[in-house]
Amino acid sequence: MIWVIAFAQEESPLPPSQVKVKDTPNDNGHSLTITWKSSPDSAKILGYEILRSDSPDGEFKVVGQALATDTLYKDKGDKEKESPNYFPSHKNFYYKVRAKTDGLSSESEISLPAYAFQQWYHAGKTPVLVAVLIFSTLTLIFISKAKKGKELYVRPLAGIGAVDEAIGRATEMGRPILFILGLGTAADIATIAGFTILSRVAKRTAEYKTRIIVPCNDPIVMAVAQETVKAAYMDAGRPEAYEEKNIFFLTSMQFAYVAGVNGIMLRERTATNFYMGLFYAESLILAETGSIAGSIQISGTDQMSQLPFFVAATDYTLIGEELYAASAYLGREPLLLGALKAQDWAKGILLICLILGTIFTSLHLDFFANLFKFSLE
Amino acid sequence: MRRQLPILVVFISGIFMAIQYFVPSEPAEFVQEYAMDWVIVIGVFAMGLGLWSLTKVNWIKVQRQTPGWGYNLVTILGMVFMLVVGLIWDPGLGFFPGEKSQVSGTWFMNFFWYIYLPIQTVMFSLLAFYIASAAYRAFRARTILASILLVTAIVIMLRLIPLGAVSGINQWLANWILIVPNMAAKRAIWMGVGLGMVAMALKIVLGIERSYMGRD
Amino acid sequence: MGFYEKLMSLDRRWVYLCVAIAVVLPFLLEEFGVPIFIPPYITPEVKSVYNFVEKLREDDVLFLAIDYDPMAKAELHPVARAVLKQCFKKNVKVIISALSQNGPGMAEQLISQTAKEYNKVDGVDYVYLGYKPFPALVIMGMSQNFKLFFPKDYYGTPLDSLPMMAKVRNIKDTKGVIDVAAGSVADMWINEGAGRYNYPLALAVTGVMAADYYPFLNSGQLFGLVSGMKGAAEYEYLMEKGGYMKKEEFDASRGMPIQMFAHIVVILFIIIGNVGYFMSRRKKS
Repeated sequence: MIWVIAFAQEESPLPPSQVKVKDTPNDNGHSLTITWKSSPDSAKILGYEILRSDSPDGEFKVVGQALATDTLYKDKGDKEKESPNYFPSHKNFYYKVRAKTDGLSSESEISLPAYAFQQWYHAGKTPVLVAVLIFSTLTLIFISKAKKGKELYVRPLAGIGAVDEAIGRATEMGRPILFILGLGTAADIATIAGFTILSRVAKRTAEYKTRIIVPCNDPIVMAVAQETVKAAYMDAGRPEAYEEKNIFFLTSMQFAYVAGVNGIMLRERTATNFYMGLFYAESLILAETGSIAGSIQISGTDQMSQLPFFVAATDYTLIGEELYAASAYLGREPLLLGALKAQDWAKGILLICLILGTIFTSLHLDFFANLFKFSLE
Repeated sequence: MRRQLPILVVFISGIFMAIQYFVPSEPAEFVQEYAMDWVIVIGVFAMGLGLWSLTKVNWIKVQRQTPGWGYNLVTILGMVFMLVVGLIWDPGLGFFPGEKSQVSGTWFMNFFWYIYLPIQTVMFSLLAFYIASAAYRAFRARTILASILLVTAIVIMLRLIPLGAVSGINQWLANWILIVPNMAAKRAIWMGVGLGMVAMALKIVLGIERSYMGRD
Repeated sequence: MGFYEKLMSLDRRWVYLCVAIAVVLPFLLEEFGVPIFIPPYITPEVKSVYNFVEKLREDDVLFLAIDYDPMAKAELHPVARAVLKQCFKKNVKVIISALSQNGPGMAEQLISQTAKEYNKVDGVDYVYLGYKPFPALVIMGMSQNFKLFFPKDYYGTPLDSLPMMAKVRNIKDTKGVIDVAAGSVADMWINEGAGRYNYPLALAVTGVMAADYYPFLNSGQLFGLVSGMKGAAEYEYLMEKGGYMKKEEFDASRGMPIQMFAHIVVILFIIIGNVGYFMSRRKKS
């Protein structure tokens, strides 16, 4: 018996087609985007290889891989000439796409040349730009209204109203006030908001001749806090009462800082504690120790995870943006109140957009939601 | 001039970095990377300022022997010791060029692992006790809102405990609370915080908010 | 002071004592040969992270960010260890960074211990980048090019000389990121990392932080979320079912009875306080 074994001749897959190359939009000019039409034998394909050369007759090298379902690849490189992965801009490149099966492959036609170049405006971020311009315009309108003397109403905040009462309590008891700016840096918005409140509180303590202690977690925050308190004392007409040693750097380690502050609370028996800024896991330790020491406590943070602890453990809490608005409340300056009003109007506009977006998207009219789509790449 | 110059610097830097966000080109990228390097450099120099403040404040208390001056002395000695051990005595951390860093067995790492870390862990573990006392003190059903807070807190706490057959129902309820009302409230707060941050940044760049400079 | 008034205003030291007993009791029970183990309820968000790693193929590259300090070790170390074990067993390559100030040494210990178990070689099977300050900048930098902030790895070896890094230029060249974090670095990965550069991201965070990240999970910005010690216990349970771990190797699951007892004590004290409040109010009226 003769066994005839016939080997079926395997064929290469059909190649991908319509390979097009264009400059990747909204980038720094070191990337090209290659698109192609999938091979008709897509069921057999394991993947694609992308090949590049700087001339149509030159050697094509593999620069990337794509999945069998992909039809797009971004060939991106570094901008530094010394880098082994340098991708020059304004230089023509040619591409081919190779479809691969197990052991066999086929290549597309060579694409037309294309070169990468940088853009000077990121079109994908246009919605962000429009939002910023609208908000800035609103702010300027309300500030100019406030400058003209228009009365602007803002709803009362319990935490802000309690600041004077808390400072008065400390004065009556003859015990110091503790002001904690949190664990943020001087660049954090919450810390900057803390500085504005510190400025007002320090001015009152200067007027009432009450000692204020400000232990800091960051050296730059310490430097700014010292200037803030010093200026507040000068404004109150009591520059001689300012003592630099009351505003000091403690440590930048989170729990070492907490240990130090707890020690200060319990030794000094502070009558009032302010927690205004960026806080993390230490918030509850600070608040509970303050409670043990018998202090009245006013807190404010934009850290969502710490708000519940402050709400539970302190007497008054400024939630999120109320912390940022505090400076407007305490000073009642028209410019700051104007900016606050602009925020409220912007929130109103956002609310309307949310409602409209919900209605349109529910009716499968996606044009409204698409207005807000933006790309960060 | 002393007050105008910082405001001008803030205005120009703020506007420039805002424009840079919308410009993807190479020159804008270069400026951003350069600015980021400067942030790191300033931060490192500021640490020196912090060390000076720490030493000064504690040394004055040691000199005057104010109550509890022993703790201030411990602070200064601890700081000096770790500096000496880390930089000079035990250079196995790759501080000197060409040196491969050692990562364990050095005095610095031993002090870190066996003194500093246990102390830090103890401070962190205080949270377990303080959560209990804060919950006992604060979660009283005084009003309807306080009652809702109380029940929600209990459901969420139970989520973290394996409860056998009851786990499924509690998990479903806890997930619903986290994904629906919790998320709605958080999104609302985040939108407010986001707008507040933009407003604050705008006020700082335009020179309306100047408290970070000191005198108004 | 009546009985109910006393219930309402117990000295906090009684609370601390009861919590201390609740924490110590499971240890003692284990010592006396009565260990407590209750299989955890597996949540979809933890299963999603496990499945993601499970679907990775040999020689795929995963980025593991170990961004926590030793004080969050109890909650987060088990997840980091479990993910590393799963990757090493599947011959998936791992790039690791540690963007928390006090974390690099601890991360290095974990990596070298786990690598030794599976005979994995540094530079070939895994690369440990170490720590650099200003995490937001480092994340953006690594998303563009690892060498921007890490020209050398943690041990001082140039990245160019590591075989594993030949095909991986930045995070986008990896299959995705699992960030194990205990602080604001998690937000930075969402905003500056995956948000800007669009790669898959999952988080493993402490229990208290987890509630903040459910909105991101729901919107699709995260593909998975492991929360606290319970999440870690769930992951370990999945690892045991998948044959990657044995019960004796469990870490987080051993801590679950302690967490359970402590939570029960807290709930009991809340009930006691409210009973005292209502009964004393009733008495007054």
